[in-house]
Amino acid sequence: MNNQDLPRWATAFVMPLLNLLSALLVAALVIHLLGESPTESMAILINSAIVNPEGLSYTLFYASTFIFTGLAVSIAMQAGLFNIGAEGQMYLGGLGLTLAMLAFDGALSPWTLIPIGIVSAGLFGALWAFLPGYLQAKRGSHVVVTTIMFNYIAGSLMNTIIVKLVPDGEQNPASRLFTEAAELPRLNQWFPILGETPLNISFFLAILALVIYGVVTTRSSWGFKLRATGLNKHAAHYAGIRISKMIIIVMMISGALAGLGAVNSIMGSTHYLSLNFVGGAGFVGIAIALMGRQHPVGIFLSAVLFGALIQGGFDLSLEKQNIPPETFIFIQGLIILFCGAMENFYAPAIARLLKLKK
Amino acid sequence: MQPAVEFRGISKHFGAVKANTDVSFAIAKGSIHGLVGENGAGKSTLMSILYGYYRADGGEILLDGQARHIRTSQEAIALGIGMVHQHFMLVENMTVLDNVMLGSEGGFQLKPKRAAVEAQLREICARYRLDVDPLAVIHDLSVGAQQRVEILKQIYRSANILILDEPTAVLTAQETASLFEILRLFKEQGKTIILITHKLQEILDITDTVTVMRGGRVIGAVPTAGTTKEDLANMMVGRQIINTLPRAPYNPGAPVLHVQNLQLQDGQGVQLLADIGFTLRAGEIVAVAGVSGNGQSELMEILSGMRLPTSGQVDFQDKALPFAGRSDADGLPRTFRNLGIAHIPEDRLRDGVVKNFSVMHNTILGYQDKLKGRWGLFDYKAIAARCAALMKDFDVRPNNHDLRIGLLSGGNQQKVVIAREVLAQPTLMLVGQPTRGVDIGTIESIHRQLLALRDSGVAILLVSVELEEVRALADRILVMCGGRITGELKIEEFDTTRIGLLMGGMHKS
Repeated sequence: MNNQDLPRWATAFVMPLLNLLSALLVAALVIHLLGESPTESMAILINSAIVNPEGLSYTLFYASTFIFTGLAVSIAMQAGLFNIGAEGQMYLGGLGLTLAMLAFDGALSPWTLIPIGIVSAGLFGALWAFLPGYLQAKRGSHVVVTTIMFNYIAGSLMNTIIVKLVPDGEQNPASRLFTEAAELPRLNQWFPILGETPLNISFFLAILALVIYGVVTTRSSWGFKLRATGLNKHAAHYAGIRISKMIIIVMMISGALAGLGAVNSIMGSTHYLSLNFVGGAGFVGIAIALMGRQHPVGIFLSAVLFGALIQGGFDLSLEKQNIPPETFIFIQGLIILFCGAMENFYAPAIARLLKLKK
Repeated sequence: MQPAVEFRGISKHFGAVKANTDVSFAIAKGSIHGLVGENGAGKSTLMSILYGYYRADGGEILLDGQARHIRTSQEAIALGIGMVHQHFMLVENMTVLDNVMLGSEGGFQLKPKRAAVEAQLREICARYRLDVDPLAVIHDLSVGAQQRVEILKQIYRSANILILDEPTAVLTAQETASLFEILRLFKEQGKTIILITHKLQEILDITDTVTVMRGGRVIGAVPTAGTTKEDLANMMVGRQIINTLPRAPYNPGAPVLHVQNLQLQDGQGVQLLADIGFTLRAGEIVAVAGVSGNGQSELMEILSGMRLPTSGQVDFQDKALPFAGRSDADGLPRTFRNLGIAHIPEDRLRDGVVKNFSVMHNTILGYQDKLKGRWGLFDYKAIAARCAALMKDFDVRPNNHDLRIGLLSGGNQQKVVIAREVLAQPTLMLVGQPTRGVDIGTIESIHRQLLALRDSGVAILLVSVELEEVRALADRILVMCGGRITGELKIEEFDTTRIGLLMGGMHKS
């Protein structure tokens, strides 16, 4: 299906909105079948995720991580690469960050610890993505396949490593708690209205990353080469772009962005490395990149939406006994289905409507 | 006796393009019939109609005297028509046997049929001296053997009329000779063969009758015995009226490009370029004429840095171009561009533009690193101004640089590409098929641009399959056939007959 001939406003706003509404409509139907009122449930969801300040702060906390994983998937997509491995890259990013904190958190001040944490999270994520990138560029091994594999490898590797990091006498599969110096400042220091919230300065880091991403992809020579590679490899080759180098570099940047997602989850909230702390954020990044159409504003809005679904879905399952806590995963699945797999579902209908008008 | 195939008044058009106009001729049973013509003469369209890929707008096809409506290739096969495509339709990792059986497995269980078919194939191979092992895997076979598998497949499906589309394009001389042996045996068995080719020697060697097409029409249908290659070349190329544009007197400067002994083989060892050598000077246009697919594209790819040659020496302004010591051409076009080599690629939509980029973004393609400012960021104000000037100078319409270039007409896309490359002020300009798919009005303006570039002292290497264009632009002409340069002429010696012969692989006669 070619939606290139539709006007920009249709592909950028109308279609994602229709897709989202379709997903919510199906969700409402299921909630109705579960014996609860869809409108009431929606009201609870919106209230606890957006209207309530503390709820909103949780929404934005989740969104901060999602912005990074969404950016990770998006930037690779710009080069025509489908990085399914943000999950594993973020996991490894968490390892890099933790190793740095365990080594330095007793000795250094927050002013040096925080940048060290950020850099090591990015570095580990980038290195984890290097090999799939290299294999794609030099050997033609498809990045979709290798990154999926690397998710599994990351999972097993982390099982082995985390066990070694468990302090003596502890039972939880997790590292020790970092010292206070390694904790990111939380926003409720300045905005008490946010209540007890994990929302921290990595939210601003995420916004900064979005801005840099936007500028680099649309205004820089490198971003031009990135997009040319993604849209037409032959023309990119003709234009003298070194495609294999581009693939390796963009995969490393993608991995670094995914790794940065761990900064929010670990340094901003739990302050220790635990098993499976990523919890699907890397996969949500794929949905965000697809739904946000790799545009910075789109990525932001989709990340907030998914954050709101987690936050609101959690409260919803508390208040409505017939709605299980897995509802979030279910609605998330519907959104991925409608916005990802059926991205252009409404394109023919819109095209026909527009033709009628003319 | 009824002819095996008879075309009566076949017409076919695609949009405004008339691919076939009132095509009528007959092919006798048990004969080898040649079909010759330049690119776009309508040969392939006609054969596609016979094979059921296209349906004619008018006219009818008679097989053994009976009018037939062939709607699909399945129907064509059922009527005993077989086609061997230029690009083989084989599954590389399956055996010959499995490829032949593919589509006619005849049941859920393969095993019983397989033994029967294998015996049958061995019998056919012996009868036609095909020399193919039914149990060999396709990717282990040479190109010639793969082609024999295609023929085997057609015989197995009991084809009585065999169409071969440029069968010798991929073959060595020995393989060609053995193919012709097979075709003669075929003929002895009473089967009919249609051979599409542009190589005149082949026509003389093997066919009984020959039809020449040009511009979608039949120019002549004659017995091969009564014709000469000169006649055929004349019919194939024709004499056309050429608009002469003003140009400065021929006064070439220093040598810019010097190519010696250039060779290129593909992964399967097929020789795509052989012993290419020529010199190109500043201020001259050297045109490479030939039927497309005879190595011109590969030559341009090598000279623009998009592809590495197998061996050979290419000097640009007395310095060797940096092919040595590289494993791939990744990034090489950038180096070449920096040296002063600009390239208007022949496949515009594949190589020359990014269809989903705006016109403005396409005007910086290839020059993105030269135009970046501080922090690697573009100064879009300057780039938009540059783009506006370029669009005005080259009359690109519509005059809107935010439009996706895919929405422009072919001619206007080409103007953008030419403008971009001219703006780079190159020393050497490589031009591939500059007016392919371009409307007539734009052709003259593109020709003017190229002549102006020549007059300003740029060395231009032009690849064109249009002889009219070659005549309108060239100072000297190289003719290529089968990856070799078969001849060189000055523009004063322009002679369609001679060029037609050279294009057909005839050396000086």
